Amino acid sequence: MDGMTTMTEQNTMTHGVTAGLFENSERKRLRLADETIALEVQNLNLYYGDAQALKSISMKVAAKRVTAFIGPSGCGKSTLLRCFNRMNDLVDACRIDGRILLEGADIYERKVDVAELRRRVGMVFQKPNPFPKSIYENVAYGLRLQGVRDRKVLDEVVERSLRSAALWDEVKDRLHQNAFGLSGGQQQRLVIARAIAIEPEVILLDEPASALDPISTAKIEELIYELKEDYTILIVTHNMQQAARVSDYTAYMYLGEMIEYGDTMTLFTNPKKKATEDYITGRYG
Amino acid sequence: MTLKNWFKSGSPWIWLNAGAIAISMIMVVGLLALILVRGFSHFWPSPILMTDLTTHDGRQVHIVGELSRSQVLPAQVLRDAGVPIDDDIQLVTRHLIKQGNRDVWGRDFVWYPEVGMTEWSYPRDAMRLERREWGDFYGFPVRILEQGRTVAEGDQLWPELQQRIRRANEIFDEIRRIERGEIGNVNHRMERVRLSERRMDLQWREGRITVAERDQGMAALAAQRLELDQEYAVLQERLDALYQDVRRDTLVARVMDGREWQIPMAQIIRAVKPNDMSVFGKTGLYLKQFWEFMSGYPREANTEGGIFPAIFGTVTMVFVMSIIVTPFGVLAAIYLREYARQGPLLRVIRISVYNLAGVPSIVFGVFGLGFFVYFMGGAIDRNFYPEALPSPTFGTPGLMWASFTLALLTLPVVIVATEEGLSRIPSTIRHGSLALGATKAETLWKVVVPLATPAMMTGLILAIARAAGEVAPLMLVGVVKLAPTLPIDGNFPFIHLERKIMHLGFHIYDVGFQSPNVEAAQPLVYATALTLVALIVMLNLTAISIRNHLREKYRGESD
Repeated sequence: MDGMTTMTEQNTMTHGVTAGLFENSERKRLRLADETIALEVQNLNLYYGDAQALKSISMKVAAKRVTAFIGPSGCGKSTLLRCFNRMNDLVDACRIDGRILLEGADIYERKVDVAELRRRVGMVFQKPNPFPKSIYENVAYGLRLQGVRDRKVLDEVVERSLRSAALWDEVKDRLHQNAFGLSGGQQQRLVIARAIAIEPEVILLDEPASALDPISTAKIEELIYELKEDYTILIVTHNMQQAARVSDYTAYMYLGEMIEYGDTMTLFTNPKKKATEDYITGRYG
Repeated sequence: MTLKNWFKSGSPWIWLNAGAIAISMIMVVGLLALILVRGFSHFWPSPILMTDLTTHDGRQVHIVGELSRSQVLPAQVLRDAGVPIDDDIQLVTRHLIKQGNRDVWGRDFVWYPEVGMTEWSYPRDAMRLERREWGDFYGFPVRILEQGRTVAEGDQLWPELQQRIRRANEIFDEIRRIERGEIGNVNHRMERVRLSERRMDLQWREGRITVAERDQGMAALAAQRLELDQEYAVLQERLDALYQDVRRDTLVARVMDGREWQIPMAQIIRAVKPNDMSVFGKTGLYLKQFWEFMSGYPREANTEGGIFPAIFGTVTMVFVMSIIVTPFGVLAAIYLREYARQGPLLRVIRISVYNLAGVPSIVFGVFGLGFFVYFMGGAIDRNFYPEALPSPTFGTPGLMWASFTLALLTLPVVIVATEEGLSRIPSTIRHGSLALGATKAETLWKVVVPLATPAMMTGLILAIARAAGEVAPLMLVGVVKLAPTLPIDGNFPFIHLERKIMHLGFHIYDVGFQSPNVEAAQPLVYATALTLVALIVMLNLTAISIRNHLREKYRGESD
């Protein structure tokens, strides 16, 4: 422990952006080798037409941990995130080779039911996108899709999901009002509640707090911290403090390549690559 | 400021734009004002004037009637037309007098020159009778006859007359009710019995039923027919009695040349003395006449009476059209926007659909007649109504085909509006649904389409506005001058899509330009036009309020 403190202090000098984040931290240095692996990316290449957006990405994602993707705009981090629930299928000119294994099974195999995959891998987008329905119906949407009609079950799941998303107390009296009446931060938590209502294994968060004010952002981050008890979480962010605060593992991407991937503390305090260090110290560009 | 600077400053453009909008507004407001004034003023009771005229050849004419309008003409015009006029006169004023009494004079509107007229007077006891036949009657009441015997004269005449007219009208309403309702119902059932007989006969010929079955069925039908015949006979007897009763009274009145004229009480709808009425009385009469116009059936080749069947037909047709066009348009738009592969072929299809909106409506009418009426209607008749042939059921213009034709006409509008609405739904909402494991179809029907409903309503509003005012194609596919029955009534199956209908737009054309009595019909044209405009406004307002309600429900979706 002694040696680590020294190292942190040393790095505090250089890494202005994340200064102080790891001081007095009780966080332990994590090792991917000790983790259960939830997702595994094997030599993934992605093309938009002729342009290659992801270049032979390979990585393992730890179960029930938060993995953050950072990097400058256009580096492919969101594109990679969308590979995990095959949202890239919606883009016409998008072509993929390589494999992504979810619990050992390739999600890009022909026989995979994409809807079923998306039930297991939920996603929350950058801008809150509640449906034009009541708060209750928003949360119940996924269950109704699965054919759940029982009012009791629905009530229970809606309450549990809203509680998990730390929204229950704020909306319990107006469950049947339109979700558009909520504030941006509340909408984003509603969308998270909607995602966890169908109990996915993995939750993908695509810059979930970038459209929110600082207080809402703090609430979302707290929520992420709670949620990793039960879910494997992948988060894209270009806020490095956020990545440092919430994640256990971080991947730094640049121009479609994964430059460095490792546990967050190491990556931020002692990056192996010069490019990573330049980026997290703000010297990028 | 120099002219050049003024041009540079941009104010000429503002003036030009403002001028364009001002001219448009003046035209619209002027049109509406004309229709409003002429449409509403028709029902205001005008005074009855009396005057004496000495014609140029020395004849004396006693004139009683309403002033319809006046004209100042160059004398030469009338001379050329063969009217002898003194040479020193340059301008001639002439008056069109509605003297009514078509049964007496043969014509009810006559031009009289002002030259040679005495002062106009407005006698208080001059009377106007609204009649079921022959148009209005102007004259002075003399006495009332009951079975040829005088029962009232002088002072008691007027109250007695009103009372007897009321009685006659009550009997007449009863007659109408029996004729339209009960006898109509019996006729309808008789027709069904006749068709059942023919169907059975056809089935037997085709070998689908045996002789015994046919004979048994025929016997049952014959029994039904006997029953209906009896029912009919009873009704006919009641009718005869009522007709006998209604013919009891007669009014004797003096017309303008002094002759006495007998008018059966059954013919009179209303007797008024407009010169003797207060403003309140006139207002009451105005409202009554307005209501009768809106709720009554036309008389006298549509030149008198109400326009209720036309209103009813227009509304029914617009509703049926909406029911047809909305699902077709919405489904087509969803396919074009959501499923079809975007490419040159789709572009061609989309441009073709948009251009359909520009095809002249009469072309749709001809297509509707050829394809819907003769081809589809003919096929339906052969397959489903063989017993009614050779008289066609659906193989003739009618409500359904008129609605189909209009639906085709307004389809592009609905498609365009729906497509636009769909394209405005943000992709984040679709992605949100897909990310929850919804299939594309589930996303469409549960999230996207509900969000696009306000846009669909906009399309429907435009479609209704266009369809309700359309006339040309309807003349070919189902609208007639006078439809004997309404498309919805109490006889099974209640909604009769095969029936011909009346339509306000066509009614305007027919009354205004096809009527034997143009002068009498002219005010009705304005009143009908006013009704049509008001009806379209009402239909639109209803649709708009529904749309706003939907927008409110899905508020915030397009931010």
